[in-house]
Amino acid sequence: MKLKSLPPLLPLMGAAFLCFSRIEAPTYTISDTVEDFQLVNVVNGQTVSLSDYANARGVVIVFTCLHCPYAQLYDDRLIQLHKEYAPQGFPVLAINPTSPRLFPEDSFENMREHARRKKYPFPYLQDDTQKIALRFGAKRTPHVFLLDKNRVVRYIGSIDDNPENARAVSKHFLRDAIQALLRGERPYPETAQAIGCPIRIDKQLQDSTKRR
Amino acid sequence: MRTLYTLTLLSLWLLPGALSAQVFKIYDNFSQLEERIAQAPGSTLLVINFWATYCKPCREELPYFNALHEKYANSDFRVILVSLDFKSELEKKFIPFLRDAALRPEIILLADRYQDEWIPRVKPDWPGTLPLTMLVLGNNRAFREEEFQNFGELEQFVKDFCEKVGQPLPEGSN
Repeated sequence: MKLKSLPPLLPLMGAAFLCFSRIEAPTYTISDTVEDFQLVNVVNGQTVSLSDYANARGVVIVFTCLHCPYAQLYDDRLIQLHKEYAPQGFPVLAINPTSPRLFPEDSFENMREHARRKKYPFPYLQDDTQKIALRFGAKRTPHVFLLDKNRVVRYIGSIDDNPENARAVSKHFLRDAIQALLRGERPYPETAQAIGCPIRIDKQLQDSTKRR
Repeated sequence: MRTLYTLTLLSLWLLPGALSAQVFKIYDNFSQLEERIAQAPGSTLLVINFWATYCKPCREELPYFNALHEKYANSDFRVILVSLDFKSELEKKFIPFLRDAALRPEIILLADRYQDEWIPRVKPDWPGTLPLTMLVLGNNRAFREEEFQNFGELEQFVKDFCEKVGQPLPEGSN
């Protein structure tokens, strides 16, 4: 009885499989190699590719945004970090994964205004389809993914352990991870959690881009 | 400053009625929250909401927790609002917010800054995003990592959990 009812179900199961397989690939974890991607830098309207950084010793990818107070607390620290580590081969690449439909304050114009006012020394990329955030598995802002020169993920997590006060930080997670890579070592810890704002996935947007 | 703050709290405590809701405890260590949870009798359902005043979706769902607290006031039931606001902004942000929000449930300010250490103790794969709602009944846990859109959604989440652990929620008052 059970076997007989199975064949009519097979096409359905196939269809279900196809549907599910269209959903995104697994997200990056430690030791995964990041695929190349392109996004527009709001500061000058130019496209930036991860492969542009082929000669760097690594890349500090930070998912950040304007509407999250936690992310804003780290703005100056990111600028400082870039100024210190870009010359050593570890530039910062800031990505805003916010859907402006959900948070209008994170519009292209506001991002550009903010980046110019703060004189961001690094590109500020808009991931308005949220595809890159989904691919990375970025969950909150700020959320850091530190890549080595082979684009392998070496650290995922927070920047440090004190959002409230930059001068009272006791664990410099990201800084320590970069230092470890500079020494040719594996960072420890490889992940660190922190409180932050969730990256809201705009379901309407995902549905419409899937249909295209 | 600290004395002044204590006095303010004390005077709020002494004032009856509406203002008494603004009393809150400060936990500098996550273990204090663990102890608070462990202290609750095994038959008491704890609805714990992690939030912060600067988190917009958190602010929007707070009234639902208020309503839940009111509706099941006579049940073996406890709503605890755990704020992750900064201690340095108590006078500037947190206390003024509480003054306006008129929250009825128990309020705790969790100021343990070793977040990478305690976040996994709440839930190993919680990415630290706010809000988070956690239901506790004895050894049972349920989590919701997204805000509730309305009171019904929150109430249903609690009811489903209670049914699952075999201790149905009593009828609340309306």
